[in-house]
Amino acid sequence: MEGAMRSDAKVRGESGTESSPRGPGCSLRHFACEQNLLSRPDGSASFLQGDTSVLAGVYGPAEVKVSKEIFNKATLEVILRPKIGLPGVAEKSRERLIRNTCEAVVLGTLHPRTSITVVLQVISDAGSLLACCLNAACMALVDAGVPMRALFCGVTCALDSDGTLMLDPTAKQEKEARAVLTFALDSVERKLLMSTTKGLYSDAELQQCLAAAQAASQHVFRFYRESLQRRYSKS
Amino acid sequence: MAEAAAVVAESLAGGRARAARTVLDQVVLPGEELLLPEQEDADGPGGAGERPLRLNAGARARVRVVCGPGLRRCGDRLLVTKCGRLRHKEPGGGSGGGVYWVDSQQKRYVPVKGDHVIGIVTAKSGDIFKVDVGGSEPASLSYLAFEGATKRNRPNVQVGDLIYGQFVVANKDMEPEMVCIDSCGRANGMGVIGQDGLLFKVTLGLIRKLLAPDCEILQELGKLYPLEIVFGMNGRIWVKAKTIQQTLILANILEACEHMTADQRKQIFSRLAES
Repeated sequence: MEGAMRSDAKVRGESGTESSPRGPGCSLRHFACEQNLLSRPDGSASFLQGDTSVLAGVYGPAEVKVSKEIFNKATLEVILRPKIGLPGVAEKSRERLIRNTCEAVVLGTLHPRTSITVVLQVISDAGSLLACCLNAACMALVDAGVPMRALFCGVTCALDSDGTLMLDPTAKQEKEARAVLTFALDSVERKLLMSTTKGLYSDAELQQCLAAAQAASQHVFRFYRESLQRRYSKS
Repeated sequence: MAEAAAVVAESLAGGRARAARTVLDQVVLPGEELLLPEQEDADGPGGAGERPLRLNAGARARVRVVCGPGLRRCGDRLLVTKCGRLRHKEPGGGSGGGVYWVDSQQKRYVPVKGDHVIGIVTAKSGDIFKVDVGGSEPASLSYLAFEGATKRNRPNVQVGDLIYGQFVVANKDMEPEMVCIDSCGRANGMGVIGQDGLLFKVTLGLIRKLLAPDCEILQELGKLYPLEIVFGMNGRIWVKAKTIQQTLILANILEACEHMTADQRKQIFSRLAES
C-alpha cells in the first residue's frame, strides 16, 4: 500500500516537460514547466526559464467579498510575492500588468460574482521575471480549468547600446541594456495583449522587437502544447 | 523581411479552424476554433455533390449540435475554452448532430442543474438551510424539500450534517438551489447521510470515471469489504465500512485510483484480500 503511495508522488512529479536549450534558431533560454504540483489550489504550475523560476497557484471561481464583487463578471486578483522581503511598489505594478493580461483572456462573464485569484511566488530571479510570471500564470489558469478565450505568453527583449536585440535576457544583460521591453502575446493570432517598456528606443526598434517577440512566442506556444499533451496522455 | 513573412504565415496557419471530426480524442487548447461537419462540406470543392439551390446564399440548414462543457459557440464555429480531450457522442434518437465536449481535469466544482452532489449544512436561517457544495456560493435547501416534510413535520437536519441532493436551479446568475426529492416527490436515495463514515475530496474527472457504467473499480471494492458509498459530482465521496481501518483503506484506494494503472490496482486489491 505504501509502495503505491510513493510511486504516485513520483508519477505526479514527472508531469513536467522541458524544452531544448538556446539553439541557433531560437534564442530563448531552456524552459521547463510542471503542472498540478500543489494540492490545495485548484490549479498550479511552475515555470522555469533559464535560472528564473516562478510558482503560480490559481483559486477559482470561488467566493468573493461583497465589496469586491462585480455583478456581471469574475473579479480577477493577482498576488505576486518576491523571493525576499515584503512586496513593494514594483510588485504592485507587475501585479496590475499581469491582471490586465489575464482579464483580457479569461472569460469572466461565465462566472459573475466570483473571484479568480492567481498567486505567484518568485523562486529565483535571473532576468525576464515578468515574462516568466505571465507564462506561469497562463499554465496555472489552464490547470485550474478556468475558461479562457486563448492562451498567452510573455517574451522579454533587451536592446543594448549598439542596437542588438537580445531575447529572454539574463539579469546581467538586462542591467547593461539600453532598453528592456516585455510583451504579452495571445495564442490565436499572436496579437499584443500587454506591453511594458523601460529605457530608450526608437519607433523602428519597437516594431523590430515586437516582430522578434511574436516569432519567439511560437516556440513558447509549441512548448505549451507539448506540455499539455504529455499531461493528458498520462490519463 | 523573411522573418516577418514567416511570422505572418505561421500566424495564419495557427488561426485556421480545423474540422471537429478530425480532432476527436485529441488534446485541444483554449483558443482553437472547430468547424462543424456540414460547414466543412459547404467549404469543400464546390459543385461536386448535389445540393439544392438556395435562394439566400448565406444561410445553410445546420444540423443541431449540442455544445457541451469546455466549448462555446463563436459565430458559426465552436471555440475551445478549456484544455482537454475533445469527445463526441452520437445522437441516440437520430435527430441532431450529437454532443461535443471537452474532457478536462479539474478540481473546482461549478454547479450544474440536475447534478447530484454531497453538501455540508453550514447554516439554518428561517425556512432554508445553507449548504456548502464546493462552488463559489453556498446552495440553498428548503426544509420542505425532503420526503414527507410538511410545515408541522420538519426534517431533522442540523448544522454540520451531510446532505445528498440534486440541483434544481444552477446558473451563473442566481444562487444555486438544491432539493432532496425527485420530481415525483420521493427521496430516491437523497437526504441526510447517516452517522459515521468518512467524507473526502477527489478531482471531478475521477468521479466521472468511477460513475461510468463500465467501471470495474466499484465492483472490485465491493468484493473487498462490504461498504456504503455515496458519490457527489462536486468531487466529494462519502464512504463507510464496518471498521475505521477498513474505511480509511477504502478512502486511500479511491484517492490513489487517479494515478494508478489497472495492473497496480489489481495488485493492491489482491494484497489486501490476502491480509
